[in-house]
Amino acid sequence: MTGPTANCPGCGAKIDFRWSSAVQTTCPFCKSILVRHDVDLAKVGEVGDLPADQSPIQLGTTGTFQKRHFTVVGRILYEYERGGWNEWHLRLDDATSAWLSDAMAEYAVSRRADAADLPAAADMHVGESHRWDGRAYTAAALTNAHYRGVEGELPFETWNKHDVLFVDLDAQDGHFATIDYSDEPPTLYLGEYTEFDDLHMSNLRQIEGW
Amino acid sequence: MVSAPSVKGLICPNCGAAITLRTGAQAQTVVCDNCHAVLDAKDPNLKILQKFDEKMTWRPEIPLGTRGTLKGDQYEAIGFQVRAIREDGVDYSWREYVLWNPYTGYRYLSEYDGHWNDIVVTTTPPTELSGGLASAVEFHGETFKHFQTARSTTVFILGEFPWQVKRGDRVRGRDFVSPPQMLSEEKTDQETTWSVGTYTTPQRIWEAFKLPGSPHEPRGVFENQPDDYAPAAKDLSALFGIFTLLLLVLLMGRMATAGNTKVFEESFQFRPGGGDSSALVTKVFPITGRTSNVEVDISADVSNSWAYFNLALINEGTGKAIDFGREVSYYFGSDADGSWSEGSSADRSFLPTVPAGNYFLRVQPEGPADVRRFLTYRIVLRRDVPRLTWFLIALALLAAVPLIAVFRAWGFETKRWKESDHPLVVTQAQAAAASDDDDDTEDSFKGAS
Repeated sequence: MTGPTANCPGCGAKIDFRWSSAVQTTCPFCKSILVRHDVDLAKVGEVGDLPADQSPIQLGTTGTFQKRHFTVVGRILYEYERGGWNEWHLRLDDATSAWLSDAMAEYAVSRRADAADLPAAADMHVGESHRWDGRAYTAAALTNAHYRGVEGELPFETWNKHDVLFVDLDAQDGHFATIDYSDEPPTLYLGEYTEFDDLHMSNLRQIEGW
Repeated sequence: MVSAPSVKGLICPNCGAAITLRTGAQAQTVVCDNCHAVLDAKDPNLKILQKFDEKMTWRPEIPLGTRGTLKGDQYEAIGFQVRAIREDGVDYSWREYVLWNPYTGYRYLSEYDGHWNDIVVTTTPPTELSGGLASAVEFHGETFKHFQTARSTTVFILGEFPWQVKRGDRVRGRDFVSPPQMLSEEKTDQETTWSVGTYTTPQRIWEAFKLPGSPHEPRGVFENQPDDYAPAAKDLSALFGIFTLLLLVLLMGRMATAGNTKVFEESFQFRPGGGDSSALVTKVFPITGRTSNVEVDISADVSNSWAYFNLALINEGTGKAIDFGREVSYYFGSDADGSWSEGSSADRSFLPTVPAGNYFLRVQPEGPADVRRFLTYRIVLRRDVPRLTWFLIALALLAAVPLIAVFRAWGFETKRWKESDHPLVVTQAQAAAASDDDDDTEDSFKGAS
């Protein structure tokens, strides 16, 4: 469980990494956003307070997905026109990473997939089908979102990003694909919807009154 | 660390009453309990989306804020909406509840005429099956039959919703059934949602939410209501099969072991109107074997006349007589409708239990006095003749039970499909409606039910 350790350049607190490949993290004490360069951490900004939301998941929550044990090590809160959703960054027991999205208690787990020649954002239209890993996905929605907040360890830097275009594609069998156009080239994620109970999570946030 | 208050205190911009947001940031629409104004829950000032100027209100049977346990998890009733379909000028309305658990998410209940469904949204839409008259879909290996396609309108809302909704919103819905489950597709301009409903007894809902009093008795048969007697009917049919087989075995056994031997045969003549002089007694003949039946065949050369026979089979040893009478009559001719005939020149009867012994027959024939010629008749007795009649009677009695079950099940299914797009029995009104089937897009609902 012990990953690399470093000191926060902002406040000097010891930063323990849960995931050895983390690129960016936040200092839980001074809220500095820290980026790893080789062995040193550089402070690149500070996080604002995250708005109250209803997600029962928190940093440190553990669970299983498809027989793989996971720990929640980071979080991105995205916001769009009609609300927000959380992408919880998971460190799996084989040291790879995945994302658990929680959109109004609808849960899904996805992983980054390698795909050459993803269509350009301007060429994506709702209703179009694309095929990855032998499965056909149909574009269901284009969502303009922005980074509302981050927490913990992430596999990429977010501090210099603001807006992001997501294209959600549905395979109609419980599988889905998401293309993140905030990077060049864009990134493909392939995933599956899941039920809360099937994730067997523990160390969840206690929600008042429940 | 973020700590989210589960309930956020807000004020209705329309009437100033306190607004509770049970689901916090997840709420998209919230309705003021006091003035029923529809508010934008995503707007910090709760912008008014729609004021309430209708006369008709509904009261949810599950008060909003009530918690109940469904499928092992606790859920709180947070939203309530009444939706209606207009068919042939009649409004059908049903009620829907939005249930919420901060961990497991959303769940829905619907209620129509006392029939309840426990509903979850599915991320795997079913596969459309083509072919056949009525369409169907396949979901997790099971076939769901199309029940109804209709546009519904939201006529009343209360509480909060994780989506944008207001009165007058319309969706196109398709229902497919495979009792006790149903699949519903709801289509708006923005999205298509599939959900799976499971028929739930009102008692179960009352227990789950600990509601006071007792629920309304459901009326009629709901589209995905399971036929509680269907398993029993299936068992009965199986039993019928087993008993029929048994009966067949018995019949075959009887056929194989029956003696079916001729014990007496003789022809006689008599002159009708001759009185007692025609009476006769036959020679003695043996009837053997275990106590069994005796078949009596009498034929007489009657044509457009009759003959009546007083008979007695008498045991020579004991003197015990079996008295019986048989009539042979045969008439024929032709009239405006063509030729006709009535009766037969031969008669068959059975004496059920005749013990073995030496017997003779006493015969007293009678006939119409105006017949001037001799009538010839022949009597044949056969011992131990297997009879199909008993088998057929037993079969009919046996079949009655499954037939009643089938008839009852048919009645249940007829009621189920009556309200659907595919009624089993088409009434005249439905036939008329089908002939001028126009889309009800322009119908408006005034919130009356």
